[in-house]
Amino acid sequence: MTTLNSKVPQGPIKDKWTSYKDKINLVNPANKRSIDVIVVGTGLAGGSAAATLAELGYNVKAFAYQDSPRRAHSIAAQGGINAAKNYQGDGDSVYRLFYDTVKGGDYRSREANVYRLSEVSGNIIDQCVAQGVPFARDYGGQLDNRSFGGVLVSRTFYAKGQTGQQLLLGAYSAMNRQIARGKIEMYNRHEMLDVVIVDGKARGIIARNLVTGEIERHSAHAVVLATGGYGNVYFLSTNAMGSNATAAWKAHKKGAYFANPCFTQIHPTCIPRSGDYQSKLTLMSESLRNDGRIWVPKYEEDVMAIREGKLKPTELPEEKRDYYLERRYPAFGNLVPRDVASRAAKERCDAGFGVNKTGEAVYLDFSSAIERYGKEQAKIKGIHNPSKEKIIELGEAVVEAKYGNLFQMYEKIVDENPYKTPMMIYPATHYTMGGLWVDYNLMTTVPGLYCIGEANFSDHGANRLGASALMQGLADGYFVLPYTIGDYLSSDIRTGRIPNDTKEFEDAEKAVKERLEFFVNNNGTNSVDYYHKKLGKVMWDKVGMARNEKGLKEAIKEIQEIRDDFWKNVKVPGSMNELNQELEKACRVADFLELGELFALDALERKESCGGHFREEYQTEEGEALRDDKNFAYVSAWEFTGKPSEAKLHKENLEFKDIELKTRSYK
Amino acid sequence: MNLTLHIWRQKGPQDKGKMVQYNVKDISEHMSFLEMMDVLNEGLVAKGEEPVAFDHDCREGICGMCSLQINGEPHGPDRGITTCQLHMRMFKDGDSIYIEPFRSKAFPVIKDLIVDRTAFERIQQAGGYISVNTSGNTTDANSILISKEAADKAMDAATCIGCGACVASCKNASAMLFVSAKVSQFALLPQGKVEATQRVMNMVKQMDEEGFGNCTNTGACEVECPKGISLENIARMNREYLKASIKG
Repeated sequence: MTTLNSKVPQGPIKDKWTSYKDKINLVNPANKRSIDVIVVGTGLAGGSAAATLAELGYNVKAFAYQDSPRRAHSIAAQGGINAAKNYQGDGDSVYRLFYDTVKGGDYRSREANVYRLSEVSGNIIDQCVAQGVPFARDYGGQLDNRSFGGVLVSRTFYAKGQTGQQLLLGAYSAMNRQIARGKIEMYNRHEMLDVVIVDGKARGIIARNLVTGEIERHSAHAVVLATGGYGNVYFLSTNAMGSNATAAWKAHKKGAYFANPCFTQIHPTCIPRSGDYQSKLTLMSESLRNDGRIWVPKYEEDVMAIREGKLKPTELPEEKRDYYLERRYPAFGNLVPRDVASRAAKERCDAGFGVNKTGEAVYLDFSSAIERYGKEQAKIKGIHNPSKEKIIELGEAVVEAKYGNLFQMYEKIVDENPYKTPMMIYPATHYTMGGLWVDYNLMTTVPGLYCIGEANFSDHGANRLGASALMQGLADGYFVLPYTIGDYLSSDIRTGRIPNDTKEFEDAEKAVKERLEFFVNNNGTNSVDYYHKKLGKVMWDKVGMARNEKGLKEAIKEIQEIRDDFWKNVKVPGSMNELNQELEKACRVADFLELGELFALDALERKESCGGHFREEYQTEEGEALRDDKNFAYVSAWEFTGKPSEAKLHKENLEFKDIELKTRSYK
Repeated sequence: MNLTLHIWRQKGPQDKGKMVQYNVKDISEHMSFLEMMDVLNEGLVAKGEEPVAFDHDCREGICGMCSLQINGEPHGPDRGITTCQLHMRMFKDGDSIYIEPFRSKAFPVIKDLIVDRTAFERIQQAGGYISVNTSGNTTDANSILISKEAADKAMDAATCIGCGACVASCKNASAMLFVSAKVSQFALLPQGKVEATQRVMNMVKQMDEEGFGNCTNTGACEVECPKGISLENIARMNREYLKASIKG
């Protein structure tokens, strides 16, 4: 076991990034023109990085598996983006955002990275407004804010319930400007299937043209992975169907350490699953917890009556409801962080208080908010003694203006009107805090291979706060990577173009082709989804919201068995020289089947509970997570040695110099 | 419920393609349309046949990837939704459903139900941006005051997901709703005014070059648009275009 060097600059935390930027090597504009950079993934991190690098003068090749960069899954982020602007004058500051993020992450993130993120957060908003992102505004024409979980200030900027979409379209427009100039070569419907290492440095990728099936070699001086998270290892998640871990996993197998794979966010407010055919889960934005109150019935007989359809939730009087978050966490109430809210929902459902047929649902109720807003509006509009109906009408209009698209989405899926009856929600896999290990420069353990956005591990510790994913993606892509990668590339100005006809490229291409050939020729008996669903079930049952030693050991064994069966009996129709969606899935699931095992191993090794990682053996008497700072205040970074189960653990010890390590409390 | 599906199958861009009939059984009304397609495809894979290729990704109505013409309507019979948000409760036992790709000369079929929408990309590249460097060294976000009304209208236009339903619904295969949404978003915001002339000229020129038809104000696009993008945007783009043409 070695200790990793995170290369965090010296000096006080608030000066680190500034002094770092003052000292790094730069590449002059003429030299940038002879340097190529590959960016894989075009979500907020990849899109913003590609645009910025191209603008600086590098030649960028960008890759997306979708038919347009605009469709990357960042587009689905709903609620907002945090920034320490303190426009509300409610006591926000760079330090407070930094503090909230480290605390929210349950003290398992790297201080210096989080501080830098917080420091550049304000610039993101400035940049996006300049690009024409239509953020919500108040009547004075200024930007509006709302609150998210785990914080006591309003620092979240938003564009209705489509903030991710608007930010991504901003980055996409910046990319388009560079594509038009010829500075970005865009490869849509292409998927990276391996990274190519030459003399110890990442020098290119092997990609498959998903339309023609052609295997292509692309060389560059550096490779940036911005390929998102691995939540689809659970089969059901809020990720897009195509979201996958292949790029990151292939990089891992070529030497990049994988950090904290067990840190996964199970988001508390998703629409509950309804049947075995289900292909994905839909998130209801955390912003709903600003106004929605979460509850289950207090008494089991009411639960039964509701499940059997004999009682409507709206008929249950206040005193028979258990607003369990408000009861357990009076200070933060419904706005506790995601991991806490999810576990509390699971606790109630496991105790038998789930309100739907599967027993896995709790209510998110807007009736109090509708009444409150209705009364306020009546006052503003000068309506004296308004009727109950009038109050509800006015209140519903306010709620519609705030969350209309989310309510519509819910109604379309569930076929119930959430203005009239409480929403049913349940936790679902949403985001992965773990990812490729990167140093302060966002470089992995492979020189020249960078990793940004959700795909890396660095900023969110064991739990990510709401509205911080968008912030990190854009911070990495617009403002951090463009500096740090320049420092690395400054040593490459005399290298010249990287040839792609070398043995390293040949070998990588050959391995990729062999794997594809295997799949289309295997003629097994089971579909790819059959295996993916099996893996997902093991992950959810044994490596999900609560984990224990026995379950994790079983999971490791079961995943190995599923994987063995997959390689014997998987069936992929069609050929490799055409558009073949089953083949695409097979490649992705093959990697999930390895990653899942490392995930369980990591969860087994981390004998403490922190953030999204809850080990049943390590909890307080009240059922709260019991962290062990003495033994586990480190990042687990796993080195691939041939088999996931034999991965070698390296540690990056986490030092907390600017924030006192203490028990997280939201009571 | 049991259903008869008539699905467009086409091996590749050069293939002629044809409708093929399939039967699916025991479909739950709570399934989404694409989950019903998953059931069909699982059955085809089990039989060793090639599954039906269709575009999809987020499955929550925002990425714009899914693009099926169902019983003659883009995204099917429901309103204000994408194909992935269409639920089987919109159909009844015994129904025949016709499933085709979005049809337009500018959207050539790649395979089965998948079409090539890169024409939209080239239109955006022609001017769908504000020329500002991503240095972060712009002015403070609140130094530009924008009325709530303008911001909200810009947002309404900006919610376009670029799916192409407007083109598929239009008898002329016009892309005016798509192009006007972007033009409008920037025309409504002060940040977009500087390049307004060039932007509308370039985007319209590219739209014409891609082979999209003209707008005859039928309004089918607005009806079928999953995001409710308003025809007002087309009127606004026409005004912007006229202004730009006069300026030369």
